[in-house]
Amino acid sequence: MYQVLYELLGGLLIGAAASLLWLGVGRISGMTGVLSSLFMLTTREQWQRRGWALAFLAGLVLAYPVFWLLGGKIDIEMTSSPLLWASAGLIVGFGTYLGNGCTSGHGVCGMGRFSVRSMIATVTFITSGILTVMIMNALGVTV
Amino acid sequence: MKPLIIAFASGLIFGLGLLLSGMNNPAKVRGFLDILGDWQPALIAVMAGAVGLFAVVYALSHKLERPWFAERFHAPRLDLIDRRLLSGAALFGLGWGLVGLCPGPALVNIASLDGRILGFVVMLLIGNRLAHYLVGPVNKSQ
Repeated sequence: MYQVLYELLGGLLIGAAASLLWLGVGRISGMTGVLSSLFMLTTREQWQRRGWALAFLAGLVLAYPVFWLLGGKIDIEMTSSPLLWASAGLIVGFGTYLGNGCTSGHGVCGMGRFSVRSMIATVTFITSGILTVMIMNALGVTV
Repeated sequence: MKPLIIAFASGLIFGLGLLLSGMNNPAKVRGFLDILGDWQPALIAVMAGAVGLFAVVYALSHKLERPWFAERFHAPRLDLIDRRLLSGAALFGLGWGLVGLCPGPALVNIASLDGRILGFVVMLLIGNRLAHYLVGPVNKSQ
């Protein structure tokens, strides 16, 4: 139990954040939607409609320094090449726009709403992620 | 102003959750996806906690007529399962497996100022716009 205590508490915080956004402003906390919204902030009307996305993003980015100031331990272990990171970013950006969601929108909120569309999306991206790691291991790609 | 404060607080709490759970650590996420290798299943607890709590709150929210600080609930109405959804999710999984980072944790990690993270985020935005201009937004009336 101790081994997954932080994971469970972290998950509950994520669930609490999603609940707060839903109850407070009636919005789904999906990162893909937040990012897409940023590009729509072109008119005053759109700012009123989607300004929440920018505030959400500001809180999200500030979480890192706040967590650090609170004495939290932050591990970011990665060895993959910059080229692989850039390619992955492009693929993730393209794919999440196409599929209208990622781990937060489909995975957390969609599953929580028992949306069949989101459940199928979640199973698909987890399966695809597992296969990708499997193939990379088989090819001996060290990351 | 209140909706913006709520959204800011939600983003902050969301980010703290990602950091506490270790979802922002690429090696840990890849370990979770590596089911045939040195599998690290701990991240299941993140999903269980997040989905479980949100599911309860979402179900209870049906008793409310509207959110606290907005006109109405913006529940996604789309229930279409098509090639677009499946190919998008499959592509996302590919990129996720390559490096072990999805959009939320990538945004949280911006403050690490690591070049690879920043490059990932820039390309994430470019990929988002590329799909927007090449494919276009999903038709929500379907």
